[in-house]
Amino acid sequence: MSKKSQKFDGDPNTTGHEWDGIEEFDNPMPRWWLWTFYLTIIWGIGYTIAYPAWPLINSATAGVLGWSTRADVANEIAAVEEANAPINAKLVDTELTEISADADLNSYAVSAGSAVFKTWCAQCHGSGAAGAKGYPNLLDDDWLWGGSVEDIHFTVTHGIRNEENEDARYSEMPAFGRDELLEEEEIDQVVNFVMSLSGEAQDASKVEAGSVIFADNCASCHMDDGTGDRSQGAPNLADAIWLYGGDYATLTETVTNSRYGVMPPWNARLSEAEIRAVAAYVHQLGGGE
Amino acid sequence: MAILDKHKILETNATLLLVCSFLVVTIGGLVQIAPLFWLENTIEEVEGMRPYTPLEMAGREVYLREGCYVCHSQMIRPMRDEVERYGHYSLAAESMYDHPFQWGSKRTGPDLARVGGRYSDEWHVDHLRNPQSVVPESVMPKYGFLETTMIDGKYIGDIMATNAILGVPYTEEMIEAAQADFMAQADPDSDYDGLLERYGEDINVRNFDGQPGVSEADALIAYLQMLGTLVDFSTFTPDASR
Repeated sequence: MSKKSQKFDGDPNTTGHEWDGIEEFDNPMPRWWLWTFYLTIIWGIGYTIAYPAWPLINSATAGVLGWSTRADVANEIAAVEEANAPINAKLVDTELTEISADADLNSYAVSAGSAVFKTWCAQCHGSGAAGAKGYPNLLDDDWLWGGSVEDIHFTVTHGIRNEENEDARYSEMPAFGRDELLEEEEIDQVVNFVMSLSGEAQDASKVEAGSVIFADNCASCHMDDGTGDRSQGAPNLADAIWLYGGDYATLTETVTNSRYGVMPPWNARLSEAEIRAVAAYVHQLGGGE
Repeated sequence: MAILDKHKILETNATLLLVCSFLVVTIGGLVQIAPLFWLENTIEEVEGMRPYTPLEMAGREVYLREGCYVCHSQMIRPMRDEVERYGHYSLAAESMYDHPFQWGSKRTGPDLARVGGRYSDEWHVDHLRNPQSVVPESVMPKYGFLETTMIDGKYIGDIMATNAILGVPYTEEMIEAAQADFMAQADPDSDYDGLLERYGEDINVRNFDGQPGVSEADALIAYLQMLGTLVDFSTFTPDASR
């Protein structure tokens, strides 16, 4: 059955393995391959000497280069901080209102602030700072708590209506419907009055009755003319800019259940220089006062 | 080399080859994995870690069920760009009560290891209901149904008991009070002193989704709002040898 395979002169020796009459030539590995293989072994041993590798009783060998991930990242951060230290110190020492007067400092603050904004603020206020329903637009000149650079700096530092920061800006609109401070009919009237301040009421016949309810219940915060009060974060109701919406249904919802917009304090997460930078950035977006 | 000549014995005996291969792999595995359990510089203890409260644990279950880990990691790597974007790099100890851990391997969305306290509860409600309403460029699907799926924490004690078997230090008292603590954390008007006593003073007790009753959104937001907040990094000094 099996026939011994034919062998020619010059053929390499066989390995000596034989299965069903099939034999295997013992060709040597190419030299370049073999030496590359040996080199990787030597490299591997060198690597475990240079870097942390072998487990011992209590710890692993530290490696002669003394490399550590944590030290690496700490050094990298320290290097960047050191490079920015002079200008950050200047940013912290300069009066907030004076930042825009110094061209170099302002350019640094706005670029750094833009980076901070895109990382920490964009999720609510939008990557272009135009806000969303319930999250104020920072591009216009309608401000709830004030649009001067100091006001913005304070808001960013302490936040609004949060539990983490004692100095957070705070005010709370009563839930006139839910807590039964006003009858449904009265809410209907006051909503019509509020709509009439900046546009057209849904039902003009209720505006006059609404104005009385407004004067009794709303004017202490939103002022007699509805222009709001920034010291309490009470929005201006006489302009056509709405945070939640100025239509009948949304206003009814607002008066009935109130709104309670929260902003986190940033002084625990951002450095003073970063907060000042982002305040400068927001201030120059267009609406700064 | 006499021993190499004997290789033929192995090559021609499948069972022996299997046994010996297994032996080699076992030794390799032991050398690589086993030391991690006793080497001091791989076991770092940090202050502030505590087991999840029942409501947070339920939120974690929702997180697992919805496959949030497919798009979100919970692992800030020790690199400057990550530290600047997400906060202090993650420590192994911060996952010590996670079974299984949620480090993930893919970031379609951002890392969530330190998302706790970063956004308001309302933002989370808006964002779960319709992610594009607050982040127009987001590709995240809508999870509005979580708000309307009410849960009562009936089985949360069982989940905690299972975690206790895996080494999470839940006491019998905690497991017994699981359902009561579960309801209390989502209701700021409840008597939640027991909850704070068992889990610590810093527990968030709020109506997370702003609506009556305890929904899956309450649980998930309770979980998200505590992620990465347990270790106080103002007092933490990293050991550079790790």
